[in-house]
Amino acid sequence: MNVPSDDLDRRLVVATQNGLPLVPRPYHRIAGQLGVSADEVMARLSKMLERGAIRRIGAVPNHYAIGYTANGMSVWDVPDARIDEFGARVGALEFVTHCYHRPRKLPEWPYNLFAMVHGGSRAEVLAKVGEIAGLLGSHCAAHDVLFSTDILKKTGLRIVT
Amino acid sequence: MREGREAPILDALDRAIVDGLQGGFPICERPYAEVAKTLGIDEEALIARLQRMLDARVLTRFGPMFQIERMGGSFVLAAMSVPDEDWARVVETVNAFPEVAHNYRRESGCNNGQNSARGARGGGFNMWFVLATETPDGIGVAVDAIETASGLPVFPFPKVKEYFVEMRLEVRRPEVLG
Repeated sequence: MNVPSDDLDRRLVVATQNGLPLVPRPYHRIAGQLGVSADEVMARLSKMLERGAIRRIGAVPNHYAIGYTANGMSVWDVPDARIDEFGARVGALEFVTHCYHRPRKLPEWPYNLFAMVHGGSRAEVLAKVGEIAGLLGSHCAAHDVLFSTDILKKTGLRIVT
Repeated sequence: MREGREAPILDALDRAIVDGLQGGFPICERPYAEVAKTLGIDEEALIARLQRMLDARVLTRFGPMFQIERMGGSFVLAAMSVPDEDWARVVETVNAFPEVAHNYRRESGCNNGQNSARGARGGGFNMWFVLATETPDGIGVAVDAIETASGLPVFPFPKVKEYFVEMRLEVRRPEVLG
């Protein structure tokens, strides 16, 4: 459900993609930069939040810095015919932060279900991955966990101006 | 930041800010003042704490998280298999693309992938990044450009379906840290 973005939406993305100004009246500061009123900036951001063009406004923590030193991307080979059922159940586990159906890339990559699991140690993550394995049982033909060992880049979205 | 590197020390107020501010930042004239009041501090102190945590890379950003797919664009996860001897060059090449929103080095961490193809666990993919572009066509253009610049194949993993996304993580209590 894509809604074409108009010019002000796009200019708001460009003005805030590096972050919100850390000043007492941040929306007024942005309005000044864009040459529109602060009311218009605030009304537009509220609309973007409402329709999901902004997921949320707030702090994005570095996982490592707040204690999640083990970050595992678990990947699973489950039957395509039942993947929506398994995806919903795995996604509902309280320790899974992202869960997606993605295409296999045969022969290199037989996995079609991706679930991110974060923890304070690899053992903790592997124990949680074991819970997913238990849930999927014999419906899962193979699985793996890919741990992140380095954040190479984490800037988020950047529209090129 | 590498795995195992010592985490910065966060006090109770830092933790309250990180836990309480991963969403819901108000849209009003003095949003920092409004949030500061709920934390029992003043506006200036909250702004200073946020700045300090950004400088220390406890926070990677503070602001709106855009879902570009709701604005006509695309996010796509992609992977590459990069030989160790070529690692530094490829990191620099890939990260130079503004379409690369984040990029992680990953390694297989378990022995349960015995059924994976060719016996190479994780398919040998050791670099995983997310491309964000303003139009769906931009993804293919970026993939081609990264392949040309790096000389290595790029494997896109576009999502077929999203079952769950939770972007908030509570700060783990210091006693369980490392």
